Amino acid sequence: MSEMNEKLVFDRPSAMIDRPTHYCPGCHHGVAHRLVAELLEELGVVEKTIMIGSIGCSVFIYNYLNVDAVEAPHGRAPAVATGVKAARNDKFVLAYQGDGDLASIGMAEILHAANRGERIAVVFVNNTVYGMTGGQMAPTTLVGQKTTTCPDGRCADREGSPIRMTEIIAELGGTAFAGRASLDSVKNIRTAKKYMRKAFQCQLEDRGFGFVELLSACPTNWKMTPLQANERITNEMIPYFPLGVFKDVTEEGGAC
Amino acid sequence: MTKQPERIFVKGNEAVARGALAARCKCFFGYPITPQNEIPEFMSAEMPKTGGRFVQAESEVAAANMLLGAGSCGIRAMTSSSSPGVSLKQEAISYMAGSEIPAVIVNMNRGGPGLGDIGPAQGDYYQSTRGGGHGDYRLLVLAPATGQEAYDMTIKAFDLAFKYRNPVMVLGDAILGQMKEGITPWQPEGIDDEAGRDWALNGADKREKRLIKSLFLEEGALAGQNKHLQAKYEDMQSYVEYEEFETEDAELIVCSYGSIGRIAKSAVRTLRAQGKKVGLFRPITLYPFPSEPLLALARQGKRFLTIEHNLGQMVDDVRLAIRTVADSEFAPIYPGNLPVPEDIEGPVLKCLEGK
Ligand SMILES: Cc1ncc(C[n+]2csc(CCOP(=O)(O)OP(=O)(O)O)c2C)c(N)n1
Ligand code: SF4
Repeated sequence: MSEMNEKLVFDRPSAMIDRPTHYCPGCHHGVAHRLVAELLEELGVVEKTIMIGSIGCSVFIYNYLNVDAVEAPHGRAPAVATGVKAARNDKFVLAYQGDGDLASIGMAEILHAANRGERIAVVFVNNTVYGMTGGQMAPTTLVGQKTTTCPDGRCADREGSPIRMTEIIAELGGTAFAGRASLDSVKNIRTAKKYMRKAFQCQLEDRGFGFVELLSACPTNWKMTPLQANERITNEMIPYFPLGVFKDVTEEGGAC
Repeated sequence: MTKQPERIFVKGNEAVARGALAARCKCFFGYPITPQNEIPEFMSAEMPKTGGRFVQAESEVAAANMLLGAGSCGIRAMTSSSSPGVSLKQEAISYMAGSEIPAVIVNMNRGGPGLGDIGPAQGDYYQSTRGGGHGDYRLLVLAPATGQEAYDMTIKAFDLAFKYRNPVMVLGDAILGQMKEGITPWQPEGIDDEAGRDWALNGADKREKRLIKSLFLEEGALAGQNKHLQAKYEDMQSYVEYEEFETEDAELIVCSYGSIGRIAKSAVRTLRAQGKKVGLFRPITLYPFPSEPLLALARQGKRFLTIEHNLGQMVDDVRLAIRTVADSEFAPIYPGNLPVPEDIEGPVLKCLEGK
């Protein structure tokens, strides 16, 4: 086939830097980053974005996205984002957090930022495990799931049940959008992008706090191949962490 | 500088808050703790009027991280607290020092350790001047002794934070925070909110993106950052402030800072009236510590007595400063008391007699 007949159907969004990511094969952080980059571009906010990176495998997101960024201590990204927004009210402020970061050490910060209705967007990558530190139990670890700190599998009586963050966030007055999507299939990735767009727009339309949870794979710490990891999301995670929109003030017909 | 003629009668806490407003502080992040509550209370009323933002954070941890975020945008921002709260802020303060974010942190020191009490103390000297959080870093630490100094130094704290791209601490105590006295407010001129902010985050509009971080993993990178920070701390050494009172012909010099420095001044006056040859050396910057002028006094053969509202912290810096020629005695004032000049006169007389 000559070059003339080729049609470009897939390219790197310009908000992404042309650099290979450090993520393990089959990790979904890269997919989530790409969705963020596509949306920043489509919404025309690349040049007014200030991103807050957090602690965990994704700490290097700032190496991949072509936007201004600051690094937050573990769990504190929503507080840092609050400060950034307080300082630069006209910018698009985005925090990116893992489940250990957001649902454990940073529980207070995320709940209060949401409750205050901070005009920020939070992308929450839930892979049911502390990835970077080597696969310890997270607040989202499923019952029965083995990790390095629950080697016999998580027991609800002993360690508590996995926390469903989106449902909690949706309950808070300042939340304008809260949705959970999954990155295990093309169809679900498309929905994920739709939810993320809504969450980002909440800020642009001054409606309130925007939150999207992304069910993601950590093949390395799950000790699975990328395909097995995707299947685990479909078969084990989605039944416990139902997908969908849990709050959307645009559909309720009013800003908070 | 235009001196406004009017004097106002305010608590030290309010003097700090008014100083911050005069310095064009744009964001304030607070959490209630006695004896500093008047600062967030004042800011909650005043910040919105200036187009700035006041946030009552969910904790001191969050407040300090909000400060980190606002500071990374190159705007003037502040948080205040008292001892247990400042302990909680240490993680963010270390990050701010590591990633060179300018910010002002006020600590109205209360008694400790632990929950301690809500009365005055100076037990946070080590924490303030040695880093306090993890890693090798320093804050510029200013120790006002009066309401007027609280006002003036808060203004100065913002300038220094931006000059050095470093967090600056204003270290007071419950005496300073809660005492009411007259101050003369003034308005600094020529503050340029954007000048010299070529590192700050404001969206990568038609320029390279900027990144503010304290993580340096590449081989040699962290060593490089630490060398850079140390060079900056070295540079700060040229910025010292102190007060000398009746030192010229003094045999014995009392070294005290902050509220205790002020009470010590009264004691020195009383003792002078009795013909005793005593003087006062009051460090105003606690970091950098005014070592050289202290050493100069030591070289004149003077003796030293350090008195602090703690069990012996600044005395280490006094001793380090004069160690080649002299030593310093030490007298503690136990936290949990409101000291009076007589608490200082006693130990000074004892020290004078015991020569
Ligand atoms: C205060 C603090 N505690 C602990 C750590 C260590 N730490 C680094 S990454 C991490 C886990 C992150 O897990 P998660 O948020 O789930 O992100 P993932 O790596 O899975 O993407 C932890 C505990 C830290 N950096 N700071
Ligand atoms: S450890 Fe898990 S979360 Fe981290 S990069 Fe590897 S797959 Fe991704």
